[in-house]
Amino acid sequence: MRVNFTVNGRPQEADDVWEGESLLYVLRERLGLPGSKNACEQGECGSCTVRLDGVPVCSCLVAAGQAEGREVVTVEGLAEFARQRSCGTGACGGHSEGTPDSTSAGASDGTPEGAPLDEAGERAARPQDSHTGEGTELSPVQQAFIDAGAVQCGFCTPGLLVAADEMLERNPNPTDADIREALSGNLCRCTGYEKIMDAVRLAAARQGEVV
Amino acid sequence: MDFLRPASWQEALAAKAEHPTAVPIAGGTDVMVEINFDHRRPEYLLDLGRVGDLYEWEAGEDSVRLGASVPYTKIMENLRSELPGLALASHTVASPQIRNRGGVGGNLGTASPAGDAHPALLAAGAEVEVESVRGSRRIPIDDFYTGVKRNALAADELIRAVHIKKADGPQQYSKVGTRNAMVIAVCAFGLALHPETRTVRTGIGSAAPTPVRARTAEEFLNAALDEGGFWDNGKIITPSVAKQFADLCAAACNPIDDVRGTASYRRHAVGVMARRTLTWTWESYRGTRRTTEGAA
Ligand SMILES: Cc1cc2nc3c(=O)[nH]c(=O)nc-3n(C[C@H](O)[C@H](O)[C@H](O)COP(=O)(O)OP(=O)(O)OC[C@H]3O[C@@H](n4cnc5c(N)ncnc54)[C@H](O)[C@@H]3O)c2cc1C
Ligand code: FES
Ligand code: FES
Repeated sequence: MRVNFTVNGRPQEADDVWEGESLLYVLRERLGLPGSKNACEQGECGSCTVRLDGVPVCSCLVAAGQAEGREVVTVEGLAEFARQRSCGTGACGGHSEGTPDSTSAGASDGTPEGAPLDEAGERAARPQDSHTGEGTELSPVQQAFIDAGAVQCGFCTPGLLVAADEMLERNPNPTDADIREALSGNLCRCTGYEKIMDAVRLAAARQGEVV
Repeated sequence: MDFLRPASWQEALAAKAEHPTAVPIAGGTDVMVEINFDHRRPEYLLDLGRVGDLYEWEAGEDSVRLGASVPYTKIMENLRSELPGLALASHTVASPQIRNRGGVGGNLGTASPAGDAHPALLAAGAEVEVESVRGSRRIPIDDFYTGVKRNALAADELIRAVHIKKADGPQQYSKVGTRNAMVIAVCAFGLALHPETRTVRTGIGSAAPTPVRARTAEEFLNAALDEGGFWDNGKIITPSVAKQFADLCAAACNPIDDVRGTASYRRHAVGVMARRTLTWTWESYRGTRRTTEGAA
């Protein structure tokens, strides 16, 4: 069957989709968006987390046909999604699109942790593609994960980023308990969760300063 | 496989009548696992995601009409005061991602003895509204679970909503598992005080082939509370009464040994949860009694 839906702001059409296929499979294998990871295919690990009409879900448990006509945001579109959100609230101020170091530099200023941002600056300098995320400036949550060292093998990271970003959207000043709860559907086999907690706290703190 | 995509409830009923083997899919958190692992290859998937009615709820005078597909997250956010037991149970389901998709209709469809909605529905009192092209009927929750992962639905019927009694007193839900998130219950217990009828209702999960009430325990406690005038005097429940209630709840179980726990552990744990939830709810009942009396 054919499925039409919007991914990271762009209309997409997937053809020859098997009726029992998951949204995750369509994203990865048919639309060339391998950011969402496939680890368990049973909802246990959260590495396939995407936003479906704004709501964080395990894309491995959404039948592709159920996404018909809906809007999906994957980790590839997270930076652009976060950028539009902050502009929508008037918080993007002077950070114009295409300025390589706007968000990261602005965020690092008053941050006591003062983490090194050179690497991210380089990444942000590439040409932009809101669909694949290639070359776009990182979102605050992504930057915080790098700065806090919350990424090791990185397999769990896309799902954690989507889940953490959504929580910060709803709850800009989360307690540790709020963070744990919001990320309770995401497993990481590498880092231990402390650095991930650090990263989300960092993103929240920076977000607080920008607004 | 065919993917049926009814745009309305009537279309969904017609599709189910035409293809009784079609597997309804709501949140997909049970169905998709089975398909991903090739445990199930249905001829037809019947997507209920476009039937808007199923995502709505309405609080009436005595009960809440909860659409079959209302996700757990919405129950936690919006129905905590009307349905405290179900809201607590919803919060123990899996993870935020799963709670954003899964709902009570799917839990009833699967009818797993470990489903977290069941003990809360049994304790609160509920009726399942099911419909087919032949007509609509309401199945009392006590008659809904007919066997291990079996329910009273006919092949052409769909669940439209669940009518759950609004709380008239404190309710609690307790679940045993190895961690807080992403845990299928080793066993679970729901308890609701109903001061209006001066009764207590229970629900036990994962400790029998189906979700069950501890009826003998309820009858014992109802009589003991009545005899001792507890509903009026608001005294602390005598420890011997609480213990007897807990023992009778444990005796209502008919558990098995499996990877999650042994039968004897389950029986023990149900007794402990029964005593605790009774204490918590009764304390809360006494508290509200004091406040209302103080205000009067
Ligand atoms: C990782 C993970 C963890 C989980 N943890 C828990 C847990 O802690 N507690 C718990 O209770 N459950 C748990 N579950 C199971 C599942 O999330 C729940 O049973 C949930 O309530 C199912 O709802 P759904 O809408 O996703 O159902 P679906 O998967 O869409 O459907 C489930 C069943 O119900 C049928 N059905 C759905 N809607 C209707 C309808 N309107 N009429 C007739 N039949 C219908 C379907 O055909 C299917 O047989 C877990 C699942 C996963 C993947
Ligand atoms: S792959 Fe979807 S939750 Fe693990
Ligand atoms: S699983 Fe490797 S970084 Fe989380």
